[in-house]
This record gives sequence, C-alpha cells and structure tokens, in this order.
Amino acid sequence: MISLLLILVSALFFVGIITKIKAKIAARKMPSILQPIYDVIRLFKKGAIYSSTTSLIFKIAPIVYFSSVLLAVFFIPFGGEAGLLSFHGDFVFFAYLLAIGKFMMIIAAMDTGSGFEGMGANREALYSMLVEPAFFILTASVALFTNNISFHELFAHFHIGSNLSYAISIASIYVLVYIAMVENSRMPVDDPKTHLELTMVHEVMVLDNSGFDLALIHIATWLKFAIYGSLISDFIIKSTWNLYEQIAVYLGVQIAFACLVGILEAFNARNKMNKNPQWIIVLSALAVVVFLTTLIITQKIILN
Amino acid sequence: MTIIILQIIIILTIVLFILPKQHQNNISLLLQLGIIGITSFWAIKAFTTSNILEFPFINLLGHSVSIKIDKLSAFFIFVINLTSLTGLIYAKGYLKPYLQKKNATEIAFHYFNFLWLHISMLLVVMIRDALAFLIVWEIMSLVSFFLVIFESEKKETVKIGLKYLIQMHIGVVFLMIAFIIACVQTGAAFSFDGLSIYFASHNPFPIFLLFFIGFGIKAGFIPLHSWLPHAHPAAPSHVSGVMSGVMIKMGIYGILRVLSYIHEDLFGIGVFILVISLVSGIIGVSLAIVQHDVKKLLAYHSIENIGIIGIGIGLGVIGLAENMPVLAVLGFGGGILHILNHSLFKSLLFYTAGSVYKQTHTRNIEQLGGLIKKMPKTALFFLLGALAISGLPPFNGFVSEFLIYSGMFKSLHAGSLLTDIVLLFSFSGLAIIGGLAIFCFTKVFSIVFLGTGRSDKTKNVTEVEPVMIIPDFIIGFFILLIGMGSFLIVQPLMNVVAIFTENASILSEMTSVLNKISLSSGIFILIIGIIWLLRAWQQKRHQVLENSTWGCGYTGANPALHQYTATSYADNFVQLSSKVTNVKKEFQEFDVDEIFPKERSFETHSSDVFEDNLVTKPTNETISFLEKIAVFQTGKIQDYLLYALVFVIVISLLTYFNLL
Repeated sequence: MISLLLILVSALFFVGIITKIKAKIAARKMPSILQPIYDVIRLFKKGAIYSSTTSLIFKIAPIVYFSSVLLAVFFIPFGGEAGLLSFHGDFVFFAYLLAIGKFMMIIAAMDTGSGFEGMGANREALYSMLVEPAFFILTASVALFTNNISFHELFAHFHIGSNLSYAISIASIYVLVYIAMVENSRMPVDDPKTHLELTMVHEVMVLDNSGFDLALIHIATWLKFAIYGSLISDFIIKSTWNLYEQIAVYLGVQIAFACLVGILEAFNARNKMNKNPQWIIVLSALAVVVFLTTLIITQKIILN
Repeated sequence: MTIIILQIIIILTIVLFILPKQHQNNISLLLQLGIIGITSFWAIKAFTTSNILEFPFINLLGHSVSIKIDKLSAFFIFVINLTSLTGLIYAKGYLKPYLQKKNATEIAFHYFNFLWLHISMLLVVMIRDALAFLIVWEIMSLVSFFLVIFESEKKETVKIGLKYLIQMHIGVVFLMIAFIIACVQTGAAFSFDGLSIYFASHNPFPIFLLFFIGFGIKAGFIPLHSWLPHAHPAAPSHVSGVMSGVMIKMGIYGILRVLSYIHEDLFGIGVFILVISLVSGIIGVSLAIVQHDVKKLLAYHSIENIGIIGIGIGLGVIGLAENMPVLAVLGFGGGILHILNHSLFKSLLFYTAGSVYKQTHTRNIEQLGGLIKKMPKTALFFLLGALAISGLPPFNGFVSEFLIYSGMFKSLHAGSLLTDIVLLFSFSGLAIIGGLAIFCFTKVFSIVFLGTGRSDKTKNVTEVEPVMIIPDFIIGFFILLIGMGSFLIVQPLMNVVAIFTENASILSEMTSVLNKISLSSGIFILIIGIIWLLRAWQQKRHQVLENSTWGCGYTGANPALHQYTATSYADNFVQLSSKVTNVKKEFQEFDVDEIFPKERSFETHSSDVFEDNLVTKPTNETISFLEKIAVFQTGKIQDYLLYALVFVIVISLLTYFNLL
C-alpha cells in the first residue's frame, strides 16, 4: 500500500523535475514543476476528436495501456514490504502486462492509417522487443543470487556482501536506468522534444489522440518512470532500515533518478535511428555480464 | 460395447459418398459427434481411474491390436476432438462456394478424408503396437494429403501436396527403422512398449534421434519444416486449422511417447531438444514476420510454437536428467499445456484468416486493410487469437509460457553452471520469441484489419455467415477459460505430467500462484471497465468530434497512399535479420534526369534459408545431374541394342582378364 501511494506521489512530479532540470541546464526560464499536472487537468476538461479512419481499437487502446501500467504499479515492492499483488514469478506477469499495453498502443497507431504513426508504431515494436531480454536476464541474475522469484523476495533478500555484489548493483542500476529510458521513449533512443515526425517514436504514435485519451497516455508515462525509479530504489533500500529512513531514501532516489534523466537528456544527442537496435542490444549484453558475475559470486564459476 | 459402436461409425463414413452435397456436412458432423462422444468418454474414464484403459480393437495379420489409453493419450484425445469439431462446423460455411464448383463425390471425398483425419489422429494416440501405429500414421498422412489438394485444379496445389506426401514418407522411413532396430536388438515386442526394454540396456540417443527426425518432420521442427509453410496456405482453411492445430502435434505426441520410456542418459537428449526448439522458435517467428501471405505467416508461427512446446519439453528432460524436479515438472507442464493452447489459438487464427480469404479472395495482406469495419466479429476474434499467441495475459498463451518461465527461474539457484548457462539461453530465447511474436501480430492485425483498404478487393466485403463464427465463439471461450481460470487445468495437467516424473505434485503448489494471476487479470479487466465508464461520463459532457487523420496538414491525396504497408512495417526488423530472412528487394533506381518520378514498382521476396539449402538446392542438383544422364535415353531401339552390346563386351572383357 505504501509503495502504491509513494509511486503515485512521485509520478506526479517526475516529469516536472525532468523538465525543470533540462531548462536549468539550458539556462531557460523554468516552467513550474506542476506544469505537467496542469496540462493533464486541461486535457481532462476537453472533448476529443477521433479520426474517421479509426475503429474501436483506437478507442480502447489508451485505456488498456493506462490500465496495464496502473496494474503494474501494484506489483512493485517497497523496501521490505511486498506490493499489493505479489506471487512467485510476478515479474514475468509484470513484463507481459506492460507488453499488452504496448501491443494495443501499437495497433491503435496503425488504426489511424497514417504513415507517420506507422513509423512510430514499428519502431516501438522493434525496440520493446529488443529490450525485453535485458529485463529478463537482469531479474534472472537477482533470482539466481537470492534463490527467490518474486519482486518482493528478490529485493528483500538482496544483501550486498562483497565487492562483487556492489558491482552487480551498479551494473543493474545502469541497465535499469537505460531500460527505463527505452521503455519511456526518451534519450538516447527517442527525443520527446523533437519537432520532426520522421524522427519520433512515441510522440508520433499518439498524434491523433486527444482529450481524455491523451491525458491517460501522459499519466501512464509518469507512472512508468516512477515504476522504474522504485525498482532502482529497491536495489538500494535495505529492509532493516526503519520506515521513515526508507521513505526518505526512496524519495531521494526518485528525485535523483529524475535529475539524472534530465541531465542525460540535456547533454546527450539522440542516436541515429538505425543505430538504436545495436544500442539496445548492448543493454542485454551488459545484463549477461551481470548474470555471469552472479555466477562467480554464487561460486558456480570458480576463478583462480 | 462402445468399441463396436466406434467401429460401426468408422464403417459408416462410406455412406457420405451416396449422399447429396447439401447433407454431407450435417451427416459428417453427426458421425463426428459419435466419435467424439465415445472417445471423450474413454478419455474421461482414463483420467478418473489410475489404470491404463485397454481393450482389443481389431485383428491385424493374425494378432490382435488393442487400444491403450493412458493420461497422455487422453489429453491428446481432448485436443484432437475439440479442434476437429470446430473445423467441421467451420467447413460448412467455408465450403459453400465450392458446392457449385465441385461434384458430390469430390465433396464427399473431402468430408470422408476429414473424418478419417480425425479418426486416424485418435488412433495414433491410442495404439501402441508399432505395425498398427505405422499404418494409422500412414493413413493420417495420406488423408491429410488429399485434404491439402482439395483445390486440385490448381497445379501449384498438387505440387505442394506431393512435396508434403514425399516428406511424410521420409519421416515414416525413420520411424520404421527406429522401431525395427529396437525390436531386432532386444527381441522385445514390436511396439512402443518394447522400447522400454531397448532403452533400459542401450544408449538411447541414436534411436531417439531417429524417432526425433521421423516425428520432427511431422511436427515441423527447423530444419525439418520445409513442407509446412507450403501445405498450410494451399489447404482449405478448416484443414489448415486442424493440421496446424492438432496434426503437427502428433509429432510432439510421438516424441513425448518415446521419451516416456527413456530413463537414462537424458541430459544430452534434453539439450538436443532444447537447442532445436530454440532455433525453431526464433527462426520460425523471424521468417513469419517477412511473409505477405497471411496463411504462410501463420504456418511459420506454428513452427515457432512447436519451438515453445519443445523448449518446455527440453527443459523438462534436462530437469529429469539433472534431478531438478521443479524444472522437470514445470517444463513438461508448460510444454504440454502449450500443446492445448496452441491448438486453440492457432485454429482460431486460421479460421478467421480463412474467413478473410473467403470474403476478399486474397491472402496477400498488402492488398487488405480496414476490414475491422466490415467484418467486426472476425476482426475481434483474430485479435483475440493474436493476443493469445503472443503470450499476453489474461489469455491462455500466457499461462503455459508462465509455467515454463517459472520452472526456469526457480531452478537457477539450484542448477549447476552448465544448466544455468542453458537456462540463460532458454529464457532469453523465450523472451525474444515473445517480443518477435508481438512484432509480427501487431503487423498482421493492423495491416489486414486496420487503417484503410489497400486495394479494390476490400471494397464490397461483408461479415461471414454465422456458422463460420460459431467455432470462433467455442474456441474464444476456451482461450478465456484457460487464461482467466488457469487453476482449473492444474489437476488434469498434473495427471499427464505424472507420466514423466513422480514429482508432479509440485504443480499443485502452482495453484495459489495461478489463482493470483487470475485475480490480477480480473483486476486488470475491472480497471479497464472503470476507466471506460469514466471516459464515457467525461465525454458526455464535452464535444466529441470526428475528423480525418492528421496528415501533417496535407489533405491532397488519399491517406491510404502513404499508409504503412506490411513490407515497410517489417523493414527495420529485416535489416537486423537479413541473414535469416533473406529478403531480396526488386526495384528500379531513379534516373539522374528524372525530375518528376514516374510510377514504378517495388517488390520484396523472402526465402527460407533452410529450405533453400537443405531441400531445394540438393533436389535441383540431383535433377540436373539426372538430366545429364538422360542423354542415354534416346528412345531409339538401335541405341538400346548398342548399350546391350557394349555391356556384353565389357562383361566378357572383364571375365577374360579375370577382373570380376
């Protein structure tokens, strides 16, 4: 329950912080940290325009997408406490749940019959396919390390003992940060601030969404960021700490993650489009390194 | 008693030939219901009792062949019955346009073969005697060959049918050799049961390999698959549905049956199955992505799903070998459940794809588009199948993949270095397969059903008649039942898995997890419902407009002109996978002085690397070699006399110099 509340709260400010950091670095006047919330409220007050080419799919997709992300929040543990829904193998459900949301958004983009949206749709499909193994290999490494297979237990039993396990956590956090960037279509895979449709991924998929639907899509993006932020914080927070410490560290990690995203976006240029697949596959390769390191720690590979 | 009724029904199938065309479907359905009733009764009995059901069936060459139903057979009986039933219902609508073209005998022959395909598949899973097994296996191949060449007026179809028939016979040879070797070396009975004696005293791998090739050709493991992507598109859709849904699973049945007798040296076998399955899964789905023919695409997906089933079985075998009960139980459990799941969603996809073909007369997805508005029910059922086959919750494909994933993740800690590396490849492979399946089905669904039509063929399309939708409802019901109520299948699945490992009760520990999955799926649907209502409420208070799709301000041309095509959708994947998918582009470059580009064409072709190098190339080389030899066949009697003379001279010379 705490985890759900914390994620919802940090989600509200996440994108605001990113924008703020980016503005600060570019020495622009900063929008209010609440600007994304105002935008969404404005959208909720609006009607909608649907393309006459679209069908039922286009109407249901944003809802399925949002619901899948919202339900995914339920699975995220906080500190020593399990998420609202927790069972063995819940991270498999988590990954496939996010996938069904993506599936619907991709076909909704194709539903408009627009060439631009097709472009975004097929890039999204390819990138999320490529990033999938990285997530599984990473979780498997932790599962191998702790002999547990639910989100909650994975982190509850993830004790940092030796130097090598520091290496694991750092590499895992690195991979997770970039998985989050790919999943949220941010730099260096996609530039949300670009003005050219031909170079967009996520933004171009939602060109025809408006009003309520667009608001849902925005909120889902916030939630996704907060979900990955929580997963990162779970690597750091120890279940032995008292609750206030845990919450403080959690919020600290979320803010640090948001700042990091802002800094990365401000200083990075977007990859060339055809370099993206290669770049994403590197994440899986890194995850494999984490897996092999875990094999060393668990003394299955014996080094002399 | 029941056995006599079954025999009578089997004989009654001949009656079809004297009936008029209109009644043939109904009578076949009646006969089929009889078969289903009896065999399902046996299957339920086999499930509820602890013994193997056994009774004599017929007398074959002096020895009596008996039917033996254990829980594995019973499971397959359910799978076969369900899909064959929906296939026959679907056929009533699908074959309607053919009733004018074909005469009563041709139609009767088709239904006769369809029933016999059903009967032979049932017998395949019920008979253990090797000779009788090979006979029913042969009948199955033969009747399915006749079913494939239903549209025999097309030359291409007959060619494909022959290709299928030849490959099936290559498979049968391997099976025969395997049975004979096992029988001769031990003197045990010429049957499956005799194998246990052989495997107890010999290294199982060589014989297993022979069986694997024989059964694998049927199942369509890469590189034994080359008949499959051709036969499925050529066959009528209800036949493709049944062939892909259940007939290829007979290969899996055979492999499982043989495995159930092997208890030693399993590790190598497990790794072998796993590697072949991973290759089949990944390459199958990669090749599916580049197809333009919707049924060919689905055929490649069958290869992919056979791969997933094989991954489950392979892991199960490794679990047995390494004494890791969790991996063994969940691997076998997931793999076997995926057999049922795949039979459901694959037949659904073939039926709906067939409906599209019937209404538009094309299988080329590049010519389709926007059909969801004209065939809403077909479209939604196709979407259901697409979501299920991509392994997404809350549908059935997820449950079986989840079991396999669970088995792998649970075994990581206990496994040795070698098994951990094997597991690393397996779950990464499974994740890639899942991602690629999503890529493929977003492509095919959106190109066929969404956007606007890409050719005139989509213009006057209407929804298919209700009888072709009924099977979709039946299958859809089971897809949701297994997806949402997965705890229901734990008990039956446990019974089947118990054939392979004595620790099957581990599966019952999964019940609570599966319950939570059902709960999560329920909450998911609930959230969707609530937000849907919220939006309806919000949009009632605001203006909702309809307008054209945003086109960057350009409204001059038909939006369908710059719509994404299947080729363009697959393009970024093709760039990554060019080694496997082997796509060739044919187009003309622009001339330097061509200021206003003229209309021109662009074509892409993909070919199957394995088929090219393993089947087409050797066959072509053999043919061209034989053509060179054919210069001797002049047709002139003088030449032939000369050959005889030369032969006699050579022989006498050889004898003279004592060289013979």
